[in-house]
Amino acid sequence: MIENPNEVVTKAIVRLVAVPGLDKPAALITLDNGFDYKKPNSFGPGGLKSLDEAITTATAAEPAFIAITGKPYIFCVGADITGMPLINSREQAVALGELGHRVFARLRSSTIPTFAFVNGAAMGGGLEVALHCHYRTVSTGAAALALPEVAIGLIPGWGGSQILPNLIGIVNAATVILQNPLTQKQLRPKQAKEMGVADALFEAADFLEDSLAWAAGVVKGDVTVERPEVERKDWDGVLEFVKAMLDEKLHGAVPAANKAVELLALAKTASFEDGTAAETEALADLILGDESRASLYSFDLVQRRAKRPVGVPDKSLARKVTKVGIIGAGLMASQLALLFLRRLQVPVVLTDLDQERVDKGVGYVHAEIDKLVAKRRMDEGTAAKLRQLVSGSVDKSVFADADFVIEAVFENLDLKKQIWAEFEKIVKPEAILATNTSSLSITEMAADLEHPERLVGFHFFNPVAVLPLLEIIRGEKTDDATLATAFEVGKTLKKSSVLVKDAPAFVVNRLLTRVTSEIFQAVDAGTPLDVVNVAMDPLGLPMRPIALLQLVGPAVAYHVGETLHAAFPDRYVDSPNLKRIVDSKLPVMVDKEINPEVVALLQVGDAPLTADEVRQKALDGLAEEIRIMLDEGVVAEAQDIDLCMILGAGYPFHLGGVTPYLDRSGTAEKVTGKRFLADGVANVRS
Amino acid sequence: MPREVREVVFVDGVRTPFGKAGGMYAETRADDLVIRCMRELLKRNPNLPPERVEEVAIAATTQIGDQGLTLGRTAALLSGLPKTTPGYSVDRMCAGAMTAVTNVAGGIAMGAYDIAIAGGVEHMGRHPMGEGVDPNPRILAEKLVDPSALVMGSTAENLHDRLPHITKERADAYGLNSQIKTAKAYADGKIQPDLVPVAIRSAELGWGLATVDEAPRQTSLEKLATLKTPFRPHGRVTAGNAAGLNDGATAAILADEATARELGLPVAMRLVSYAFVGVEPEIMGYGPIPSTEKALKKAGLTIDDIGLFELNEAFAVQVLAFLDHYGIADDDPRVNPWGGAIAIGHPLASSAIRLMTQLARQFAERPDVRYGINAMCIGIGMGGTTIWENPYWEGAAK
Repeated sequence: MIENPNEVVTKAIVRLVAVPGLDKPAALITLDNGFDYKKPNSFGPGGLKSLDEAITTATAAEPAFIAITGKPYIFCVGADITGMPLINSREQAVALGELGHRVFARLRSSTIPTFAFVNGAAMGGGLEVALHCHYRTVSTGAAALALPEVAIGLIPGWGGSQILPNLIGIVNAATVILQNPLTQKQLRPKQAKEMGVADALFEAADFLEDSLAWAAGVVKGDVTVERPEVERKDWDGVLEFVKAMLDEKLHGAVPAANKAVELLALAKTASFEDGTAAETEALADLILGDESRASLYSFDLVQRRAKRPVGVPDKSLARKVTKVGIIGAGLMASQLALLFLRRLQVPVVLTDLDQERVDKGVGYVHAEIDKLVAKRRMDEGTAAKLRQLVSGSVDKSVFADADFVIEAVFENLDLKKQIWAEFEKIVKPEAILATNTSSLSITEMAADLEHPERLVGFHFFNPVAVLPLLEIIRGEKTDDATLATAFEVGKTLKKSSVLVKDAPAFVVNRLLTRVTSEIFQAVDAGTPLDVVNVAMDPLGLPMRPIALLQLVGPAVAYHVGETLHAAFPDRYVDSPNLKRIVDSKLPVMVDKEINPEVVALLQVGDAPLTADEVRQKALDGLAEEIRIMLDEGVVAEAQDIDLCMILGAGYPFHLGGVTPYLDRSGTAEKVTGKRFLADGVANVRS
Repeated sequence: MPREVREVVFVDGVRTPFGKAGGMYAETRADDLVIRCMRELLKRNPNLPPERVEEVAIAATTQIGDQGLTLGRTAALLSGLPKTTPGYSVDRMCAGAMTAVTNVAGGIAMGAYDIAIAGGVEHMGRHPMGEGVDPNPRILAEKLVDPSALVMGSTAENLHDRLPHITKERADAYGLNSQIKTAKAYADGKIQPDLVPVAIRSAELGWGLATVDEAPRQTSLEKLATLKTPFRPHGRVTAGNAAGLNDGATAAILADEATARELGLPVAMRLVSYAFVGVEPEIMGYGPIPSTEKALKKAGLTIDDIGLFELNEAFAVQVLAFLDHYGIADDDPRVNPWGGAIAIGHPLASSAIRLMTQLARQFAERPDVRYGINAMCIGIGMGGTTIWENPYWEGAAK
């Protein structure tokens, strides 16, 4: 028997309800864990047991129909994943799958009509219990409808992979089960109705009343539920296409995705019993796989650690920010202006060397606001407010009453020191000075300031509006009030902030550059570009190295590389070939292929490596660098490294960011003599 | 500017089932109750384009919390009416909804707008009578009214004092009859069409659905005789001959008759006249008599012209005072044929529209009747009366 002593049990409460027009009452089952929407309903062993009992009670009452609904805003968000790490044997994993299947199947095989009234968020096992019911209604207010299992290394293992394709067809099922989780998307209620996931859509204001009346109509025969015939002809072809797409993106690194494809294929012809038995086996394999453990670890980092950064001074020390000054009006500065404006909704003023640049910066912000309004992502009232709040001036005196000043000028220490010296004379003594440097030392930048304690590193990732990471860097003299303010601002900007010690290139750039360094060492030695380019494929990273280089820009990559080479010449090479690429100003990729002109530039040695050797060198380099960073105290713990790599570099959940992969592949132990994380934290305990 | 006389009609009315305070609506918001009624009205009348609703007047006695925030406007927004639809709140205690109806009727007759929604809500569980009141000390210091005037049950005892021929036994018999008539009306399916089912949630019991009134009960004269008289030792007013403390909401569509006909909306009743009149606050239950006198006079009618009475039963004694005044028998079949507030409940500001909706349904069944009235007593000494004409009256064709 499986159990989770820490389960917050979602109770299934049965109530017999008189519905106008029916002779017998209906049995309405409410799922409710007793908390508000912030702690959503989920199914652990206790919750499934409660549902099992509720179905027994409901059935015994011989009602006109049985219906399941949720607590306000939440239907049920799926299996209780807090219990997953407790599963360490195949028997337990199989038992978990079978328990859900057994309980849910009672709704499917019931001789009394069963309904799900999906009033709110329904994900994973929550949506699957609804799929087992004979009919479904969905509320226009249901925020999240999804089968997101593949995103956390699992599959819809309580019937979803078998019922859904036979309900809405293979194309839509592949969208819901594979594409949406891998692109962090969810179904909107209207879409769910159109796809056929739900039979009826009702407005949130009287959703339950309308659902009960509709169900009564169905039971009485007044309402006919029309479902289109599922097309089975192209089933295999669709899945072949899906598989090819997955392989191109993930290179087989996500076992859950492959299992999901297999189960969808099976759903075409398998009996429900055979299909769900296969689901149970697949789920057990995945639960006992390191990828799912690393994914759950990642999920926890993103959901929890990202919201409670470690080592941050108390927020009561934070100063109020009522006006923001931005030094620079280039693209980065303009993007920052837009972000601060949207999130803080306080006056934001840009400055630059001449009026033309300033006008261009403000113009960019106005144009972006217009675009948001056109896309209906901002209402006209907010737009009008924000347009009033943004301004630009070449007269720096407008910064006098700013509480938070951030610079985004060219990466040059002397230039930045000069700028801060100038602005320090203008701004209030307690105004926070933030630098968006990606590699320069905060301590050095603050060295000649009158108030060095108020300078802090505030490192965003490009594109600023998209990437959620913010590295907040504490210089030697940065004080607690400055740091607390920086973190509060970061939170208001809706970024996940990580506290980083002042060290060359901080976290993400230091590690990505280490990979680039290893890769270009291999290139310099004679490994062809197309070999190094596919070397990392088995990890399933979001981008191949050369494409990443193209995105970052060879010049920027080289600049960060130089900084790191200066700091750590033993570990970061100054690659002559990278220099040649930068100097040529040629694009490294053309039409998604490596530019042959770039290949022609290279002057290489005669000791080429295989792709496997390149990958191992890169991983060894990462392990070495992370160990050094942890020893130096660049961040508090390995978890912070992983959080940074997930949120700032898009490193995937199935690698756990990166340290769980370095641990489970043995690299950490081999290179640094020990693991980064204790056995079992992000892997199946050995 | 030349002005035409515009007839004001009652198009349709609905209500939630009435709950007992602390009962089935204990965990349901007051505003949600009235919003539910408004949405149901729009659903039942698909011929009414929502943007044609040009005013929303919602009554509540205790305009605090979920009954505050200019409920008429917020309920309009939350009901899905367009943002262009204005709204406001009304308070005349028990006659709140009656005042909402007469207010918008005035606006329609004036030509300020063509169609309005009037409604009322009182969640006496969440907002007990007298919550947050702060009576002016001059009331006591200057002996403007007797302190008992602020306690409705005490005013009912006062009315018994002034009208000693209305005994406790008569009041109990009236109360029992109200229960019996309501039970029969339910059995005959007369009440159900007015009701809007309401989803109700209880943290302990889960979701449910309110489909019937919670207050009606089976009782007997013997049982009623044993009830306590909470307002005065050895008094006459009991829970058996008075309305209880209830939660509920009502709403109705009022329209200019020509507009209603143009849109194909039902014309259920035509407003003939209305009146509100003040009386001594200590005997507020007397109020419906002068208000009815005035409304009849304005209409050029006498009590003999009235074929149906839907009277609010705040207290049996005030209904009996009214009936005695007009020489109508306690069990006259024209009076509250489906029972009244003693059985169904009286969520203060919402009640008048229940009376109107029921009168409208009776009109449809009774083409022999031309006129009907609603009357109710109102706290701090007032009465309110509306007189309606039956559009189904068979004499109309002549």
